[in-house]
Amino acid sequence: ERERERERMAKSPEEEHPHKAFGWAARDTSGILSPFNFSRRENGDDDVTLKVLYCGVCHSDLHFLRNDWGFTKYPVVPGHEIVGVVTKIGENVKKFKVGDRVGVGVIVGSCKTCEACQQDLESYCTKRIFTYGSTYHDGTTTYGGYSDVVVADQRYVLRFPDNLPSDSGAPLLCAGITVYSAMKYYGMTEPGKHLGVVGLGGLGHVAVKFGKAFGLKVIVISTSPKKEAEAIGKLGAHSFLVSTDPEKMKAAQGTMDYIIDTVAAVHPLTPLLGLIKMNGKLISVGLPDKPLELSMFSLCIGRKLIGGSDFGGIKETQEMLDFCAKHNITSDIELIRMDCINTAMERLAKSDVRYRFVIDVANSLSQ
Amino acid sequence: KVLYCGICHSDLHSIKNEWGNSKYPLVPGHEIVGKVTEVGSKVTRFKVGDRVGVGCMVGACHSCHNCANNLENYCPKVMFTYNSTYYDGTPTYGGYSDTMVANQHFVVLIPENLLLAASAPLLCAGITVYSPLKYFELDKPGLHVGVVGLGGLGHVAVKFAKAFGVKVTVISTSPWKKKEAIEQLGADSFLVSQDSDQMQAATGTMDGIIDTVSAVHPLLPLIGLLKFQGKLVMVGVPDKPLELPVYPLLVGRKIVTGSCIGGMKETQEMIDFAAKNNIAADIEVISMDYVNTAMDRLAKADIRYRFVIDIGNTLKPEDCAP
Repeated sequence: ERERERERMAKSPEEEHPHKAFGWAARDTSGILSPFNFSRRENGDDDVTLKVLYCGVCHSDLHFLRNDWGFTKYPVVPGHEIVGVVTKIGENVKKFKVGDRVGVGVIVGSCKTCEACQQDLESYCTKRIFTYGSTYHDGTTTYGGYSDVVVADQRYVLRFPDNLPSDSGAPLLCAGITVYSAMKYYGMTEPGKHLGVVGLGGLGHVAVKFGKAFGLKVIVISTSPKKEAEAIGKLGAHSFLVSTDPEKMKAAQGTMDYIIDTVAAVHPLTPLLGLIKMNGKLISVGLPDKPLELSMFSLCIGRKLIGGSDFGGIKETQEMLDFCAKHNITSDIELIRMDCINTAMERLAKSDVRYRFVIDVANSLSQ
Repeated sequence: KVLYCGICHSDLHSIKNEWGNSKYPLVPGHEIVGKVTEVGSKVTRFKVGDRVGVGCMVGACHSCHNCANNLENYCPKVMFTYNSTYYDGTPTYGGYSDTMVANQHFVVLIPENLLLAASAPLLCAGITVYSPLKYFELDKPGLHVGVVGLGGLGHVAVKFAKAFGVKVTVISTSPWKKKEAIEQLGADSFLVSQDSDQMQAATGTMDGIIDTVSAVHPLLPLIGLLKFQGKLVMVGVPDKPLELPVYPLLVGRKIVTGSCIGGMKETQEMIDFAAKNNIAADIEVISMDYVNTAMDRLAKADIRYRFVIDIGNTLKPEDCAP
């Protein structure tokens, strides 16, 4: 085993697996992506091979490319909002057949035996394997969906419902499930209640759509006044609150039953807590890289709750996709060519996108 | 007639105006026990001679959603036993005094088998930890609950949690409290929070934590002690904001929340539970004129675990020149 390990370690990304693959990777903390030749494993008995059609650009991709969280190993091929067509299935695969449209999201592996895995919460398994940037069971690095082909264990592959478009449905595989799971777990689904959505980006705009589908009254809370017209006119939010306007924030005190906070930048939580009613909940799904300031006093006197939620398990991801198909919920996207990815990343860093870039992999990824 | 009054750390915060809302002159005291000397014509629950207690509140709006649900403590118009304004516009004065007049709604009956002096701290410390243990479902036998801080609130939290059949770990910055925590209070284990090896070994072992500490302290190590989907409940109220690390909440789907005293129905329920399970506070009884020394000692946490003023025997009327 060690001998094989050493052999593997010595091999280049192109050589370590039997099937050629091509994608775009970053090789250093600049995060700049460029063409990259690598390889995919043999399709095992439990595996599904898919030809990638589209891949969403998640803000996590940008963080990871630039090593913002401090654990990136280069080269990195990002992408965990992957939609494609099945080209090969393993012997044990009964759920999918060649030609099916499928999705692969944030993880491609987990331990399958821990309490979280047993409860269909593979997303919380402490040994989860990310679609990119992780080490797979065979010791090799996982490479994501900014590439032409993906091989994944069937357990982590999602069936894409017929009426869900591949391009605007791709971001649901991370952005979608992240907000859906949080909203379901924390009970933010009671019709008539007031939901605040902090941040109108990839996650936030989908949260608005889910909120509407659950029959909630949605208030978008944002630092960008220019997003108001679209928030209300296009996404159907009930109202818009500029969080930097102290008067408006004061007037909105104690009006919301729950808030879903999608913002990854550092920001104070106390003003948001003030917006929530007694026993209300503030659920964080954004990933600030530093701790946030919080007044305990405001937490105690209203018995309010701050919770976190990561993305969801596979079962719930499928449930979410089916829900979206039923309610015609997709992401609002800007389709881009693979060779525009670096420009897209620059724009994403400035939140200059409405509201998710999606790479047209099949039509623009060429050697 | 007031017989005993517990000294709550909130009394110290208030007299020093640490929350910025104190109005002087201020008579603190919201862990008050005594005997009924007079009842109004509509009072049905009490009679002269009854042993009763008054806690943190003496009034509320009685019309809001919270009041309707026995959550007067969360009423936006709640009137505190001291340093508040009563319905009649007068300031409320607390239990460091010889008599209290209170609306029957805010009075509880102290069962005969509870020692009066030792039951006084239950009226604030007791309900403050009892309420979240119940509300956040940390009262189920077999669960593992951490208690941060072994003071007035913390020591009572250990007693209640043990009575619920819960495994209790005390988390403290004071290693010398270990022996008492285990031998006297019945805690199952003790973690010194500055000992990173001990804390590391206890990672992901607790269903919930009741944090009673009112000093500023880091939350990250405490969040690390929680199991998946665990709950960190803050009942101590530091006067400065704390730093909340969001990442561990996300990956563990954990929550941080708070709780503030309890409603009157629950306070009576808590007293009855304490009586049934022989739970009372560990106290040091002092005379009224010791109170300033007691406050100095309290500021240094030099007390096992609550001072209680023997009002009945030591509060004597004096000429009091301002």
